[in-house]
Amino acid sequence: MAFRNYILVCGGTGCESSHADDIYKNLIAECEAQGVKDEVQIVKTGCFGFCEQGPIVKILPEDSFYVQVKPEDAKELISEHVIKGREVTRLLYDKEKSHKHAQVEEIDFYQKQFRIVLRNCGFIDPENIDEYIAREGYVGLEKALYEFTPEQIIEQVKISGLRGRGGAGFPTWMKWNFTKMSDNAEKFVVCNADEGDPGAYMDRSTLEGDPHSILEAMTICAKAIGATQGYIYIRAEYPLAIHRLEVAMKQAREYGLLGKNILDSGFDFDIEIRLGAGAFVCGEETALLQSIEGFRGMPQPRPPFPAVKGLWNKPTCINNVETWANIPVIMTKGGAWFQQIGTSDSHGTKVFALTGKIKNSGLVEVPMGTTLREIVFDIGGGIANGKEFKAVQTGGPSGGVITKENLDTPIDFGGLQKIGSMMGSGGMIVMDEDDCIVDVAKFYLNFTVDESCGKCAPCRIGGRSLLNILEKITTGKGTQKDVDNIHRIALAMQKGSLCALGQTAPNPILSSLKYFPEEYRAHIEDKKCPAGKCKKLITYTIDVDKCIGCTACARKCPVDAISGERKQAHIIDQSLCIKCGACLVACKFGAVNVN
Amino acid sequence: MAKMTLEELRNLRSLKQSSLQKRSIEGKEGQIVIGMGTCGIAAGAKTVLDAFLSELDAQGITNISVTQTGCMGLCYVEPTIEVIVPNMPDTIYGKVDAKVVKLIVKEHLINHKLINDHLFDRPSADIYAKDGDK
Repeated sequence: MAFRNYILVCGGTGCESSHADDIYKNLIAECEAQGVKDEVQIVKTGCFGFCEQGPIVKILPEDSFYVQVKPEDAKELISEHVIKGREVTRLLYDKEKSHKHAQVEEIDFYQKQFRIVLRNCGFIDPENIDEYIAREGYVGLEKALYEFTPEQIIEQVKISGLRGRGGAGFPTWMKWNFTKMSDNAEKFVVCNADEGDPGAYMDRSTLEGDPHSILEAMTICAKAIGATQGYIYIRAEYPLAIHRLEVAMKQAREYGLLGKNILDSGFDFDIEIRLGAGAFVCGEETALLQSIEGFRGMPQPRPPFPAVKGLWNKPTCINNVETWANIPVIMTKGGAWFQQIGTSDSHGTKVFALTGKIKNSGLVEVPMGTTLREIVFDIGGGIANGKEFKAVQTGGPSGGVITKENLDTPIDFGGLQKIGSMMGSGGMIVMDEDDCIVDVAKFYLNFTVDESCGKCAPCRIGGRSLLNILEKITTGKGTQKDVDNIHRIALAMQKGSLCALGQTAPNPILSSLKYFPEEYRAHIEDKKCPAGKCKKLITYTIDVDKCIGCTACARKCPVDAISGERKQAHIIDQSLCIKCGACLVACKFGAVNVN
Repeated sequence: MAKMTLEELRNLRSLKQSSLQKRSIEGKEGQIVIGMGTCGIAAGAKTVLDAFLSELDAQGITNISVTQTGCMGLCYVEPTIEVIVPNMPDTIYGKVDAKVVKLIVKEHLINHKLINDHLFDRPSADIYAKDGDK
């Protein structure tokens, strides 16, 4: 027989250090003492996030979420909650606090996350159209075909306040409206699934988990703007997403939800997949359209915008995967429902791929206006291995760093721009004290230089020049003049580049210079890398007083740079050392120093 | 199925909705759902799928279906799975491998007990959740 209650005690490292283990033991003892041990199971769980509110205790089936529980609270939890069925209100998490950005009446929840885009990911079998249909799938399409006029469809998107999730944040309804207004017998709908930011995988997960939502959204848009053909441009590196899209398209055609005479309404629309070869620049819309047409992926000057002259010079409405995934919900629940989520500047939610030095890395969807602190410390559980938080990089190679001082900035389009970063597509890389900010800037610049298509000079030459300067700085050859040059070159790139790739490429350097000037100074003036990352600026030495001669480091050294007799202090030959840091990891006695 | 009209789509939806609510997929009483996005598969979800199929077989359990879903978002504890059976809370387990699969079948499915240290919280509420349908 199943138990009456299940009591879940957070067993994450954060909570364990704050007596979660004692709570666990006390709860077991209390169940025994109060005679309910056969009716209740007490379980240790993985981390709930929320580590700053820990220890967490959750009781099922009521879903009561207790925070900052102390070992002595165990007695009351059992006698009140389990035996009398009354929640212990003084320990309950204040739900008001968590969903201040998502005032949605029908949902009562304690989580910081709110899933619109990812609503079906983890719920349905993506290869089974029936499961999608069962969860309000294709209701939006029904409305678009039978209830709304094209104007009313666009009106709903306008009311929702949805802005493009690919990075720039352009109002979606305007894009749709421009395409609708363009006078042409043939128009196209395009899905930009060319996700390429380092560390970003939101779109891949959405396509893999809920492919029908994209098909439905594109069909709704086609109806609104008067298109009959759509394309999904996706990189070939996403084979599973492509496979699931193909399965979904086949099923939708069989059901009459795609193709000729959709749902017997007389409306025709079909979608084809176009594979990209993985060039980052093809995420830029004009380059993407060039690539679909079979040309080399290079951006074109705008205007004319794709809404006027896009694919094969026909009006084209192009949106990013995440933008599309919101559309069916806006249709079913209404623009007004969507509008109330988020901030006055940005409505709805944003999906982030939370990675880097964070405890709970993962795919996170939060209402706009959630702060970075909530994402990193409540959802992400804080920094791994007890290290100090340094910064978060958002917006990938086009974005910037957000530091401790700005942790409480609400995340929306305007808020991030104000502090010198950008929303971007949703990569969020957390850095700790061991990360060198100059090295990180160099990493991103390396990426954009690699991915620059080479068409326009500011991006092609400017990017390379900036990279050369960072190379100088990280090898101890930088001067103050280099910093001035960074600003000059960056300005030229921002003003003169043809597309966003070049215009935004200097962002990681500019924002890191702005927030960590002392770290650049340390590299330039003191020829030191405070984080110990820039190999040319650090030396590994062995402290002769601490070294006991265990030979552990010498055995690990890949270039045999460490010598010394057993039980005698060892020494590193600096001319051989490649600064890999293996000795530092191997030493159990803290005898290896980095300077 | 042939091409549908509006009415046929609505009928199909209400039919599937009630079976999804009762969780009686294909006449089975319970469900094991395995997170099989690229991330889950890279972390070993396919091994977990095979392990479930063979362990259920070994224990002679025939009323549980094993299906796949996309990424649940809990990348740090992949592979992740959800167990949905009557008289038990819907449960997400993370860091699942062939050994944990055996444990889940024995403890969760047979003894109706949750398993220490592998339990994780669903990261958000369901926007389609109806009253009384958790």
